Amino acid sequence: MSAETAWTIPEVRAALDARKISARELVKEFYARIDQRNPELNAYLALSPERAYAQADKIDAAIASGDALPPLAGVPLAVKDVISTRGIPTTCGSRILEGYRPPYDATVVTRLEHSGAIVLGKTNCDEFAMGSSNENSAYGPVRNPVATGRVPGGSSGGSGAAVAAGLAVVALGTDTGGSIRQPGSFCGIPAMMPSYGRVSRYGLIAFASSLDRIGPFARTVRDAATVMSALAGRDLLDSTSSAMPVPDYAAALGRSPSGLRIGIPDDYFAEGLDPEVRRKVEAGIGLLEKLGCRRVSIRMPNTDYAVAAYYIIATAEASSNLARYDGVRYGARVPGGTLIEMYQKTRGRKFGAEVKRRIVLGTYVLSAGYYDAYYLKGQKVRSLIARDFREAFEKVDAIITPTSPVPPFKLGERTSNPLEMYLADIYTVTGSLAGVPGISVPCGKTSEGLPVGLQIYGPAFGEQRVLQLAHAFEHAGGAEL
Amino acid sequence: MKISREDVLKVAALANLELTDAEVETYRGQLDDILTYIEKLNEIDTSNIEPMTQVVAASTDDSTLRDDVVVRSDVITEVLPGAPDPAPLYFRVPRVIEK
Repeated sequence: MSAETAWTIPEVRAALDARKISARELVKEFYARIDQRNPELNAYLALSPERAYAQADKIDAAIASGDALPPLAGVPLAVKDVISTRGIPTTCGSRILEGYRPPYDATVVTRLEHSGAIVLGKTNCDEFAMGSSNENSAYGPVRNPVATGRVPGGSSGGSGAAVAAGLAVVALGTDTGGSIRQPGSFCGIPAMMPSYGRVSRYGLIAFASSLDRIGPFARTVRDAATVMSALAGRDLLDSTSSAMPVPDYAAALGRSPSGLRIGIPDDYFAEGLDPEVRRKVEAGIGLLEKLGCRRVSIRMPNTDYAVAAYYIIATAEASSNLARYDGVRYGARVPGGTLIEMYQKTRGRKFGAEVKRRIVLGTYVLSAGYYDAYYLKGQKVRSLIARDFREAFEKVDAIITPTSPVPPFKLGERTSNPLEMYLADIYTVTGSLAGVPGISVPCGKTSEGLPVGLQIYGPAFGEQRVLQLAHAFEHAGGAEL
Repeated sequence: MKISREDVLKVAALANLELTDAEVETYRGQLDDILTYIEKLNEIDTSNIEPMTQVVAASTDDSTLRDDVVVRSDVITEVLPGAPDPAPLYFRVPRVIEK
């Protein structure tokens, strides 16, 4: 996509303020782009023009009467299909929720609309957010706009692809084990997972409740920060949302990171890291050093156990959360002679292969006789991983890692071996288990022109520090390394 | 081999999942691989480690309890049309009580 057709939040605002374009015209322009690009990319599953134009008209009316505009006024937004939107189809990429229209909005959608954003539609994803390539969607895979023969990452692949292709200015994704950061890395754009408890999960259709988080995809770190300020804060409808004050994240950008201590965990640069990704991330660390950051070598000794602990905890929680899809209250039903038969047929035939695999694994690790050996063990190892992070943040201000050990791979290249796919989540599941915030920022491209992502972790509720570093990195030319 | 065909069938029954014979065999093999991999957790001694059961409580101190007040949620007319077999004001299911 050419530079002049890409919009950022300040550019939308400047154009609206100068009356160069109306919010309605902007929405029309984005729908025209979606019509053109989406048949190939498959980034959107549903569009919501009625709601989008109604919101655009409100913004245009506010402009006409000279009212002060909210921070996201007129900003075209894409919403991952696991986030509830009143009256707009919400399928979670699954046949079991085909035709489902939620009777309410998720808190994040309400908040962003209050801030003036315009919901264009719902984006494709791995079924119930389970996957790292977007190939587990019941509605077909998404193509990476940077290299259309390759995956956009997952599970929020549609959100990543929509923003990277200019089919939305910002998008919401969800991250349980890397599902925002890894597609951000694969699509070459900034993508942030906030701290657990920073953003309300009310209306997010649950995959693993102790891990799920909602966060932004954007074209710039500044845009991600602006969306974060609108998203964050306590919500009485989510008892795990924190009452910690929310800073103006964008206002804090631009401060020099000079003097910050950046921790480089040797354990993350071990076996399995693609040599080109390693070179780029090393160059990225060099760039941060040039900006005055102090490189500190750290150990996170339990890293090697994170994937195993993650796949116990995430699948156990999923097997419980997904018990509600039984063909009774919403979505699809496959008839059966008895109630149990109806449950079994509905779930057996409407869930996809990856979801069933995880329900079976999650049910197994929770079942009588195995609970202590697997689930309890996983939770104890989770404590150790959280401790690794706490101890590291006593010595450093941020931790720098690759986002993914590999660049975007080809469609179909990795679908045959689920364990191999899980192992590639190594750098992202650690922060998911620990509850800390992390962002992926573009860090150059491989010789084949494929995006590489650099991940910045901060301590719990340290979003400001993470965004400050990411912004400095971006402005120093991180994407061109 | 850690996991048998019978294990998969038992778990599928617990989870109310109908699986084809081919699925049972595929999942048996894949779960075997995954559980074998997960065994590496036994390398770490966790006998003195508390399980992590709360994320926010572990990272911050704030209490997020609210008052327990009854709020009327009048959504039946919006919820029922989305059901596969609505019979206002109920969800209809196959017979569960024998005559």
